[in-house]
Amino acid sequence: MEGIYSVMNVLLPFPSLQFSFMKNAFLAILLLTPLLGLLGTMAVNQQMAFFSDALGHSALTGIGLGMILGIGNDLVSMLVFGVIWAVLIGLIKHTGSASADTVISVFSSTSVAAGLLILSRGGGFAKYSSLLIGDILAVTAQDILYLLLALIVGTVLWMLLYNGLLLTSINASLAHSRSIPTRLYEIAFSILVAVAVMLAIRWVGVMLINALLILPAASARNLSRNARQHAVLSVLFALVSGMAGLFSSYAWNTSAGAAIILYAAMIYAVSLLLRRTVRG
Amino acid sequence: MRPHHCELCHIDLKHVSVSRGGQEVLQDVSMHIHCSQLTVLIGQNGAGKTTLIRALLGEIPYTGSIRHEDGKGKPIGHLRIGYVPQHLAFDQDMPVTVQDFMAAAFTRRPVWTGVNRKVRQQILDALSMVHAPEIIDRPLGRCSGGELQRVLLALALQPSPDLLVLDEPVSGIDQNGLKMFLDTVNELRTGRHIAILLVSHDLRFVREYADHVVLLDKTVLIQGAPDPVFESEAFARVFGTGVE
Repeated sequence: MEGIYSVMNVLLPFPSLQFSFMKNAFLAILLLTPLLGLLGTMAVNQQMAFFSDALGHSALTGIGLGMILGIGNDLVSMLVFGVIWAVLIGLIKHTGSASADTVISVFSSTSVAAGLLILSRGGGFAKYSSLLIGDILAVTAQDILYLLLALIVGTVLWMLLYNGLLLTSINASLAHSRSIPTRLYEIAFSILVAVAVMLAIRWVGVMLINALLILPAASARNLSRNARQHAVLSVLFALVSGMAGLFSSYAWNTSAGAAIILYAAMIYAVSLLLRRTVRG
Repeated sequence: MRPHHCELCHIDLKHVSVSRGGQEVLQDVSMHIHCSQLTVLIGQNGAGKTTLIRALLGEIPYTGSIRHEDGKGKPIGHLRIGYVPQHLAFDQDMPVTVQDFMAAAFTRRPVWTGVNRKVRQQILDALSMVHAPEIIDRPLGRCSGGELQRVLLALALQPSPDLLVLDEPVSGIDQNGLKMFLDTVNELRTGRHIAILLVSHDLRFVREYADHVVLLDKTVLIQGAPDPVFESEAFARVFGTGVE
């Protein structure tokens, strides 16, 4: 880690990056935003914005249940619960008993309510409010290693799943006729999104995490004609908003998550204006 | 190129039934789909045409048997099906080109990392077969109904299938586009030894081109050469008389 820090001192000689908490925050954004940008492209194409929002909300329940069950590590309880939640929503969506957005809405509100109920016992919710708005400066050196691992595993899985998911999103029967296990792919994708969202949630916050997944990909989509442009621009927009948000929040002394999302929203606004010119 | 088996190879459906929610939506369907022949499924909406296709594709459970056999009734092994869906209900704004879509089916390399020259040539060749190489870089959402249909056909023909299943679109394709599509299908029938199963709503086309017609209404009402089927009592009952 010290080696990385000294390289950063040489390459990025900004006064704000003198502090190791800023270095860690910088590295976390560098590792996390590309994965969210990539996953976002498919989430947007499959119109899953509401689904990932519900996943983010489920973090509250995850932590609450973890507390009850005596799991010491918040991240572990969020991850386990998020993955279970993602699979459940996926399975119930396929039974076709209610339209997808209704199913997701039920899951989303249930998980928020259950989470709030558990975490507010004894009037102690205030200590969890950082979970809602996130705290990017709380990233530790150990977190960076986890994030690096997540980025590598996540990207490899994403490479393996992408083509099959793309075909499935266009026509599931067609994908099936080409021997793609469509259900398995969809569930694997949900799990991947759940893991990425849960990793980012402590730093960006429950309220804004979904925007970081959706906004860069939605902006990129306005300016792309093919899958490659979509992926490249989405990653670029996620990275740029993340970096700009981090430095601005340092200068303004505000929440980093909020600043990041506002930059992402500005990029989106510009992309809407340019859409006609670029896509013709 | 795989060696093709005897001219009489066929797909043999025996007593195929499908139930959904305790109700039989397809009942005891038996038929042969021969290679080099155009077999056409006709019937009203809800007659079970799409259900039969989904059973053939192995997407839904069924009872009975579906076997791929040579002329002597010996099983040939895995049945490779090329499937052209009726419509694509995808998001029109999706930044995915025809090349992205086809490459996703042809290769394992994720298409957002790019498509190499060899695969691009493969896609161009496939599109040329359906007379549409010029649309390779067009976003899917910008293709007309007829163009999409041809992209799907090009995709279904790679790799070469034993059985080509075509769910003819009811709407979204202009007459010219439809004629071009069906002409291409007809070329395939004579040019290659593929068995073709077409779900068609264009009865005039069916009478003109089909080798074998199957009239479906939950079960097979009648099947055979076009003329006897079209002149049958069952046909009159389903479609009324004087249908063009």
